[in-house]
Amino acid sequence: MSNVVVPTTLDEALALLAADPQLSPLAGGTDFMVEVNHGARRPVRVLALRAVAELRGWRRDGDVLVIGAGCTYVSMADPAFAVAAPALAQAARTIGSPQIRNVGTIGGNLATASPAGDTLPVLMALGARVEVASTEGTRTLAVDELITGVKRTVLHPAELITSVRIPVARGPQEFCKIGTRNAMVISAAGIAVVLDREAHTVGCGLGSVTAAPVRATDAETFAAEAIDWSTLRAGAGTTERFGTLAADAATPIDDHRSTAAYRRHAIGVMARRALERCLS
Amino acid sequence: MSTQSYRLRVNGADHEVAEGWIGESLLDVLRDRLGLPGAKNACEEGECGSCSVLVDGVLSCACLVLAAAAIGTEITTVEGLGAEGALTDVQQAFIDAGAVQCGFCTPGLIVAIHDLLDQDASPERLVVEEALSGNLCRCTGYGRILEAVDLVAARRSAS
Ligand SMILES: Cc1cc2nc3c(=O)[nH]c(=O)nc-3n(C[C@H](O)[C@H](O)[C@H](O)COP(=O)(O)OP(=O)(O)OC[C@H]3O[C@@H](n4cnc5c(N)ncnc54)[C@H](O)[C@@H]3O)c2cc1C
Ligand code: FES
Ligand code: FES
Repeated sequence: MSNVVVPTTLDEALALLAADPQLSPLAGGTDFMVEVNHGARRPVRVLALRAVAELRGWRRDGDVLVIGAGCTYVSMADPAFAVAAPALAQAARTIGSPQIRNVGTIGGNLATASPAGDTLPVLMALGARVEVASTEGTRTLAVDELITGVKRTVLHPAELITSVRIPVARGPQEFCKIGTRNAMVISAAGIAVVLDREAHTVGCGLGSVTAAPVRATDAETFAAEAIDWSTLRAGAGTTERFGTLAADAATPIDDHRSTAAYRRHAIGVMARRALERCLS
Repeated sequence: MSTQSYRLRVNGADHEVAEGWIGESLLDVLRDRLGLPGAKNACEEGECGSCSVLVDGVLSCACLVLAAAAIGTEITTVEGLGAEGALTDVQQAFIDAGAVQCGFCTPGLIVAIHDLLDQDASPERLVVEEALSGNLCRCTGYGRILEAVDLVAARRSAS
């Protein structure tokens, strides 16, 4: 067997993985190859996923958007995608550079499980379901069931992430992130706010301020009650209070990108602004 | 672990890559094994864009491509953009606009600008800035690079 395999079907890919515990999946390579180039990863055998048809692209299935694990960020720039998933499209647009967005995938973002993964706060706010498969069968996980800590997931070596399912937008959504420049920046803090005008719920996911993905549940509950859902307006002080509650849910650390104090402050400001933009 | 020898298609020609370390990037293979040093190696982490190439027509950082996994793709490097020995219109515009100082970023920018102008013949300034946001230049301050893009767009629309 060759040491680099490029299967074209999911069944083939899963069978190869089941047969070889030393086979590493490779999608766009934007995390994988950085580790290899820096000597932090020594692959033994490689399973390139780029030709697996089932993992590519996205499709609408009624009220659900089914996003293949191999869907690239550039494919999320499609206007039809942005209408169905505005916050995810916004997040995708902020990732890296054109070169990174051309090849980087949502499946790679999930599997890498970095606290700074920009799709994670959006997927949390949306209550996304992640489908994972092996030759043994499939299972479906919430993002905070899949990712349990910094760069830690419950994926077995023989499993692949195959798709992510999110509800098609039923109200305004916003994604914000902050870093040292506009392009090519890993988030120092990020936030997604999602309003569901039918269910009268608010989703709020935080990025880069917790070890594993979380929702700011107190902020969500507060906003859902404070919003007048028929007009999408809220009383004075609502957005400020929402910002404070979102910041309270953050448990940030000091590191080379930012400080805990700044990150918590940034979450408060971005949460307030994101909700302001969602309201009329 | 090593790879078996494999074949890569670069600039329209097949190249045999002898067995090597499995983790080798396309950038290393192009520069060190295939004698194509146009793509530059500065960061090896996707940040600078100086290694930009096209893989199946998609602008990519060669340092982030696992070479042995690129079998079956069409790779285009800066060397393959124009006719042998001739400058492309983007390269000529870089000279005319004075967009080259040390030149290290230039090949990556040339590839990225060809890619941009193939998709959008007369991009607005903001579109150009976003399209080139993955290519760092430490010398020029970008002004003349942006002028060079406008120059190519104007020359192409005039001809
Ligand atoms: C210059 C640069 C800038 C970046 N900027 C950002 C940014 O702004 N925001 C951000 O969030 N990220 C950023 N990243 C990180 C990276 O681009 C993303 O995390 C990207 O989504 C990774 O996807 P990939 O397809 O490249 O994954 P790969 O690098 O191919 O793989 C990453 C990991 O996921 C595993 N994997 C991949 N697909 C699957 C699957 N289907 N099932 C199971 N495991 C799988 C691989 O085995 C590997 O461990 C940046 C990276 C670079 C190099
Ligand atoms: S060397 Fe590849 S992006 Fe810098
Ligand atoms: S000319 Fe020197 S880096 Fe751009």
